[in-house]
Amino acid sequence: MTNSPMWGWPAWLMLLPVLVPLLGALVFGVLGWRRSTRWVGAVSAACVLGTALAIAAGVTASGPQLAFFSLLRVDALSAFLLIVIGAVALISAVATPRYLAVEVEAGRADERDCRQMVLLVQVFLALMALAVLAAGLGVLWVAMEATTIVTAFLVGQRRGRAAVEAAWKYVVICSTGIALALLGTFLLNFAAQHTPLPTGLDWVDLVAAAPHLDPGVTRIAAALLIVGFGTKAGLAPLHAWLPDAHSQAPAPVSALMSGVLISVAFYAVLRVKVIADAALGPEFARALLVVLALASLTLAASLMLAQRDYKRLLAYSSIENMGLLALGAAIGSPLAIAAVLLHILGHGLAKSSLFLGAGRILQVTGTSRIDRVRGLAAREPLLAGCFGFGVLAIIAFPPFALFASELGMARAGFDAGLGWQMTAALLLVLVIAASLVNHTSRMLLGAPVAAVAAPSEAAASKDTVVDAAGLEAVDLAPVPAAGPFAAPPVAVRTLPARSAVVSTVAVASPIPAVSPIAIEVAAGPTVADARRSRPGAEIYAMGGALLSCAVLGLTLGPLGPLLAQATAVITRTP
Amino acid sequence: MSTALYTQLLNLVAGAFLLTAVLILWRRELTAIIDVFALQGVALAALVGIIAVAEGSAELGAVAVGVLILRAGVLPWVLRRAAASAGVVQRETKPLVNVVSSLLAAAALTLLAYAVSQPLVELAPSPATHAIPVGMAVVLIGFFVLVTRRLALSQLVGFLLLDNGITAVGFLTATGVGLIVELGVSLDVLLVVLVLQVLKTRMREAFGATDLDELRELHD
Repeated sequence: MTNSPMWGWPAWLMLLPVLVPLLGALVFGVLGWRRSTRWVGAVSAACVLGTALAIAAGVTASGPQLAFFSLLRVDALSAFLLIVIGAVALISAVATPRYLAVEVEAGRADERDCRQMVLLVQVFLALMALAVLAAGLGVLWVAMEATTIVTAFLVGQRRGRAAVEAAWKYVVICSTGIALALLGTFLLNFAAQHTPLPTGLDWVDLVAAAPHLDPGVTRIAAALLIVGFGTKAGLAPLHAWLPDAHSQAPAPVSALMSGVLISVAFYAVLRVKVIADAALGPEFARALLVVLALASLTLAASLMLAQRDYKRLLAYSSIENMGLLALGAAIGSPLAIAAVLLHILGHGLAKSSLFLGAGRILQVTGTSRIDRVRGLAAREPLLAGCFGFGVLAIIAFPPFALFASELGMARAGFDAGLGWQMTAALLLVLVIAASLVNHTSRMLLGAPVAAVAAPSEAAASKDTVVDAAGLEAVDLAPVPAAGPFAAPPVAVRTLPARSAVVSTVAVASPIPAVSPIAIEVAAGPTVADARRSRPGAEIYAMGGALLSCAVLGLTLGPLGPLLAQATAVITRTP
Repeated sequence: MSTALYTQLLNLVAGAFLLTAVLILWRRELTAIIDVFALQGVALAALVGIIAVAEGSAELGAVAVGVLILRAGVLPWVLRRAAASAGVVQRETKPLVNVVSSLLAAAALTLLAYAVSQPLVELAPSPATHAIPVGMAVVLIGFFVLVTRRLALSQLVGFLLLDNGITAVGFLTATGVGLIVELGVSLDVLLVVLVLQVLKTRMREAFGATDLDELRELHD
């Protein structure tokens, strides 16, 4: 690896992506969540993104650099991941104030919950930045494990049965996976100590020493590291935490976890693969990754077909995409790796906007059941439109970036002689795309409650839409009414009776008769909630994310050279 | 310290380390399990201490004291407090695998650990590396406890067992991973346990008991 030239970009720039979010956390810790601090998160995320772009420009121009007692090192791959972190963080942070405002208004969160959430999100950001900036396996491991601890409280924030259960599973499974990675780290260190030139755990040293590593020990170490970090990336067989955690966390946190945390874990897998390939030849990591990939894809496809919860649907889609990344990494050719990196960015943008959309749909309708959301396009056209485009992006519809990346992976896979594996994967991806489209179209299209309004009463129809939203909002009244520890299934069980009554009234009666009933029944805070249907910041965040995802599918622009260099870091081609 | 004495002491401590792991499988009362776990912490600290004396490393000696405080003191104390706050003495009444089968499984896992660890021993044969299979066996037994026990606290003990085994392997492969990583690892374990304890308290508020069988809200 080349030494960085002295005249390169300033190395302290590397500290900013870690320090700025920590400063943000400090601000939230001191001042709390209030009007004046509402946009601190977005400013901090924007700073991370800005610094990431500056670092990327520096790396592309003058090569990698070390900083902070050689504990941090940035090369093209780290810089690329840093951009993904910054971009997804910005998307999530822009949507956070509106999300929290609605939650507080609906009585599902108080000022303390809000402060805890935004503070932990900032720490979470700093840790993810630290993970990709780490110069070696040791610091990376500590940062990855620390993200588990921080996000555990974010997952369990709502304190209901489901949230606590999700948090427990999350911590136990992820910590176990990460513990396996620790064992792998120790063993890799053991192997590295017994080479002609004993080295530590720094990436550069390990890659340089890789040809001399003992194959027997390295095989065990690499398997443990790939399975361990793969657990945190949501790859089967230790994936069970992901659907629970991602569906129970607050929407902006789900966006961050699904959009970027699992990708950061996958970044660790990529780094380990470089070492394993150099020490053992490409077959070992390829065989392991293909098994993990096909298991993840099969699992996602089988559980998405009959999925009833749209947040879990999105979570399983994340498992699918991690499986695709693993498959791309298994192929390992420069085209495949470039596609994997593009896929990480495209998936981050699309999935984070989908989770924000899902969070908003949950706030508007009060249910996460797919079959209870109908005709969203008529009621919330902007939200439904963004969600629909997000689903098109995630199933790799052109022109979105995922189309380009999946096409690249498919071509590289057939070129590399992984014919039947690619065929199986493509069939599973088709099944998943079909189930996503099927579920989403049922949510977005179809007749909403408001469809009963006679077309001639154009003037009244707008009010009816709002009333209908109010009626839907009645459905969610049981949730806050039953107290903070209410179990969602209880609320769901009471739903059919109530909503049947209310919608029968809505269908049978002329409009003037509906309104008094609606007002009488819907006397909760949720009416105000439902009336806030004007486009909010989350729509802009989703729109911006999807737009950039589409642009990236057409042209990489200035990111092109960075992507090429990052690919070269993994494939080790000059 | 002569090599023979060093080897004997190392083997003795490694034996105690493995034995405590098997005892955890055998006992059912949570309080007894926690006591055995504390004993294992002492064995682990002794292991590190013996290596420290053999290598004449003061730094490793300090680490041994740290291991003793964390794994024989702080972690068992946290577990005991969690068990006490649960009120009645909790017993693992119906583990997924019964005790006799568990002990047989432990024997099989130990054999597996010896088979898997062969390349590790061969890379640098020494008294310390010959004990690596014991560490691996404890890792596997910890994993076994984690997946077959139903009480939240027993699962936690399983996780800690796994972690003890990994730490032992870390020290037996010697050469230290660097003080920062070592500190980070210890801090992480402590934090994970505290996080899980908080979650366990919340779980009791939400579910009543902490039998993990009741975790049935989320599934497909």
